[in-house]
Amino acid sequence: MESTTAAFRENTAKALGDAKLRDALSKLTDGFPASRREAIARLPEFDALRDAARDIKDHVLANLDFYLESFEARVVEAGGTVHWCRTAAEARTAILRTCKTAGAKTVTKGKSMIGEEIAINEHLEEHGIEPVETDLGEYIIQLRHEPPSHIIAPAIHLSKEQVADTFRDKHRHLSPGRSLDEPRALLDEARGELRRKFIGADVGLTGANMLIAETGSIVLVTNEGNADLTYSIPRVHIVIASLEKIVPTLEDATTILRVLARSATGQEMSVYTTFCTGPKRQDDLDGPDEFHVVLLDNGRTGMLGGEFHEMLRCIRCGACLNHCPVYKAIGGHAYGWVYSGPMGAVLIPGLIGLEEAGHLPNASTLCGKCEDVCPMRIPLPRMLRTWRRRQFERRQTSYPSRAGLRAWSLIARRPWLYRLGADIVVAVLAALGRARGRFRWLPLAGGWTQLRDLPAPEEGGTFISRYHLGEHGDGA
Amino acid sequence: MIGSSATEPITVGLFVTCLVDLMRPTVGFATVKLLRDAGCKVSVPKAQTCCGQPAYNSGDNPDTRAIAEKVIEAFEGFDYVVAPSGSCAGMIKHHYPSLFANDPEMRPRAVALAGRTFELVSFLADVLKVENLEAAYDGIATYHDSCSSLREMGVKEQPRALLAQVKGMTLTEAPESETCCGFGGLFCVKYPDISGRMVDAKVDDIIATSADTLLSGDLGCLMNIAGRLHRRGSNIRVRHIAEVLAGMTNRPPLGEPVEKEKPRKEAG
Ligand code: SF4
Repeated sequence: MESTTAAFRENTAKALGDAKLRDALSKLTDGFPASRREAIARLPEFDALRDAARDIKDHVLANLDFYLESFEARVVEAGGTVHWCRTAAEARTAILRTCKTAGAKTVTKGKSMIGEEIAINEHLEEHGIEPVETDLGEYIIQLRHEPPSHIIAPAIHLSKEQVADTFRDKHRHLSPGRSLDEPRALLDEARGELRRKFIGADVGLTGANMLIAETGSIVLVTNEGNADLTYSIPRVHIVIASLEKIVPTLEDATTILRVLARSATGQEMSVYTTFCTGPKRQDDLDGPDEFHVVLLDNGRTGMLGGEFHEMLRCIRCGACLNHCPVYKAIGGHAYGWVYSGPMGAVLIPGLIGLEEAGHLPNASTLCGKCEDVCPMRIPLPRMLRTWRRRQFERRQTSYPSRAGLRAWSLIARRPWLYRLGADIVVAVLAALGRARGRFRWLPLAGGWTQLRDLPAPEEGGTFISRYHLGEHGDGA
Repeated sequence: MIGSSATEPITVGLFVTCLVDLMRPTVGFATVKLLRDAGCKVSVPKAQTCCGQPAYNSGDNPDTRAIAEKVIEAFEGFDYVVAPSGSCAGMIKHHYPSLFANDPEMRPRAVALAGRTFELVSFLADVLKVENLEAAYDGIATYHDSCSSLREMGVKEQPRALLAQVKGMTLTEAPESETCCGFGGLFCVKYPDISGRMVDAKVDDIIATSADTLLSGDLGCLMNIAGRLHRRGSNIRVRHIAEVLAGMTNRPPLGEPVEKEKPRKEAG
């Protein structure tokens, strides 16, 4: 997918002016956090589970080669194939080759952020294969040719009226007089459309929430059951997953499942949780004849042991988005690429370049809420600061910012100079602001006074000067 | 307690923060009073300026280190260092040690200072165990949990417990008291429109409580919220919590002119 991340300011302005988006976002950011809170209140050991989940991933990351190889061995034993892919391009090639070998015309898809990351839909379309998204949200945005605006709720930016309009526009073969007022009607219509696609597909392409090293299984977590129809009906199942999705054992997978849905939607478990291991065995009633796992690196191994190492613990639950006040203000599309929110602001610069994504790590107050709710205890604010540091080191920080910082730090290191300047500036501002106690406008303070008044400094001078003159404050 | 026998008073170095120094000295005086009333020997080193956060949050670590070295030098001799700000105290406590991770000379000094640094409200409640404050305040207040106080310094119950000792005050909770106000230091001027949306949500939440006073422990958040409240025509009074706890409310609230002051008669 083409990124629009460099146009972050324009994206933001557009998002902030969109009243429908505002409604949709406040529903999301009120709803999910409240459910999460309730779910956690019912599970006193939640924090201990977070620690356990973090430890599992830390252990895996320290022994990644071992677990990946044993995963591959189990997949092969079960009759499947693993395709190791270093880059997005290699993964696209592996998937296309497998589809072509299967003679595929239609590929049904479960929701996969890695699929978005490597832009597999566009690639398949270019080669004459029709990809069909089967997750309701993904289906809707595919019809609209939009990227997802949330990693677990891709169409969250849309109202049901907008979805109804899209369906009317794209489902021309259905009666124009039909009612699409109720969410149920929308759901039934999508279901009807997708049912035919499920049956007719040649290949099913899903992501994986986890890969299990001891069994070679993949774990699929959905609320719609669409991934199950995607993998079990077509003759060929392709799984696309990044390599940090690995966990050692079934037991470990269940530990992570216990924090995943609770963090994401506040559910105890998602509605469907499926473990798939290899192709159909002799006595199985259904399942694919071929089982392929496309294992993608795309920069992950480069993160190992570095300043973004902990980001590889991410289980894509979306809690950091749901709780982020910046995400709540601007939504996912403003980030301009497939990921969004705090995890996106950390991941995107690594994937598309800091030059292109330079705004993202800066557009944060570093309020710390994301780290607070992250089930994997990923220090997201620290990583945002790391990107800022790298920008500064590479001189990608804007010249006025650099010059301003330089000046401030020169003064801040020289208390006598600071005192002198402070006393003058405070005296002037206090005198100017005396009548109203605040400013509606000040030169060079446009960023502040555009939406806020600026309180004037207290009269009488700076604290340090007054204190050392023997004052005790409060007019005393 | 560190470095103090039963007879000798605790020595506290007051890191007043640049915003309080420049904009709201009353908070500094209130802090001194609160600490002295609780029996501390308070010093205010003249060599202090800023904790370095603007540089740090802009990725400028070399300049931040240069500033931090000055702070460490100025505040090394005290039992405790106290700041009327979760944000600046958090900077010293959590970020100074990591800034000097590769500096064998500075690192132990940064770690030692970090261990002795506290945010004012939690220092009063947790270390000095202040009870029976003398203060009185006529009004209904709501308290905004600043992000650094709450998430870096573990300040949540302490301000409420202290405010409960203030006579005449009713404390009412805002549902979103823990949500960021959109200040974020330079963030609010770099991304004013996002920051504006955030502070508007904060202001809506505060107005909905029907409180007539907003309190918090960080002046940056207070200036941001007061600025937006005023722009929207609200006359909710905005003060740093230290002013109220110390009973120093003769100065007009933040952003209000001196003339207008008829204390404790403004409607919320
Ligand atoms: S960073 Fe944490 S909260 Fe955000 S999606 Fe990943 S695991 Fe979830």
